[in-house]
Amino acid sequence: MEPLLTIQTPETVLFWFLAPLSVLASLGMLLVKKAVHSALLLAWVMVTLAIFYIAQGALFLGIVQVVVYTGAVMMLFLFILMLVGVDSSDSLTETITGLRPIAITAAVGFGGLMVSLLGRATLGREPVGLDAANGPGNVQGLAALLFSKYVWPFEVISALLITAAVGAMVLAHHQRTTPRPTQREQSVNRFRSDSLAGAAGLPGPGVFARHNAVDVPALLPDGTPAPSSISATLKARGDVIDSAQFQLDNVDTSVVEEK
Amino acid sequence: MSLDNYLYLSAILFTIGAVGVVVRRNAIVVFMCIELMLNAANLSLVTFSRINGTLDGQVVAFFTMVVAACEVVVGLAIIVTIYRSRRSASIDDASLLKR
Repeated sequence: MEPLLTIQTPETVLFWFLAPLSVLASLGMLLVKKAVHSALLLAWVMVTLAIFYIAQGALFLGIVQVVVYTGAVMMLFLFILMLVGVDSSDSLTETITGLRPIAITAAVGFGGLMVSLLGRATLGREPVGLDAANGPGNVQGLAALLFSKYVWPFEVISALLITAAVGAMVLAHHQRTTPRPTQREQSVNRFRSDSLAGAAGLPGPGVFARHNAVDVPALLPDGTPAPSSISATLKARGDVIDSAQFQLDNVDTSVVEEK
Repeated sequence: MSLDNYLYLSAILFTIGAVGVVVRRNAIVVFMCIELMLNAANLSLVTFSRINGTLDGQVVAFFTMVVAACEVVVGLAIIVTIYRSRRSASIDDASLLKR
């Protein structure tokens, strides 16, 4: 008897080319430090999955995967990353002792269990393939199912979508409970604080005439860098340049007190 | 090649996503790992749809995508709200219930 479904060579080649790449990318997602890099690697994994969907006869889902996931969802992730910025939570240091070995052991156990289970399980029949089901077209077939057999789940899911949109608006809406301090109040508060160091505003970044970029802390009169002159985000990201290299060599930095 | 290979890939991606949820500390990266797990489940749904020769699996995968989109919208709104009040996107910092 001829098998119902034969997998063509191009699909095999595609699978063995893309599957290791997607596994590598998802592993990289765990290992890279910056969240933006994780997001880009996840976008790649999603594109690979879209290609797999199309190769498996799920044309509509493949296109939706690209449009919804790599398009909308990943853009939303990058947008939130931009809002939240970079902080210390990006670091890969282990905060709960012993968490990582336990997690990896559990993962190897779980993954091994799943893979060996799949290896032993039999469906009791040959894979059928989607040629018959996709006869009038994949989109037509899906639509026929969506609006007949699955019409109730479809309606429920639309209610869920609307609820989620309203919920996101409620969560993200921010109402001030106190009036915004005016410039005058801010100025008064600066002068009434414990230290007058910031009364005239924080020092600007850069070393005069040598390097005036925002990632170089200003030098104080005694030659030490002023940490308050650079953005905390740059500091958290580790993008601060040492300003000592821009010091003039022939300047006497020792403070001379005139009598 | 057997169709089982897609299922193996799906299991591996799901496991990697689960490790990421446990190991990473940045709430956004944790969220992305959850997305990876949902996508891995979708891959197995599509594969089973092909094995069975019906489109039901694809319809369920489509529903999963919608649920994932809802989850992302609400989850990211929660992350932004927490970040706004605590200035941190680390999941270890949001532990008020513990104390």
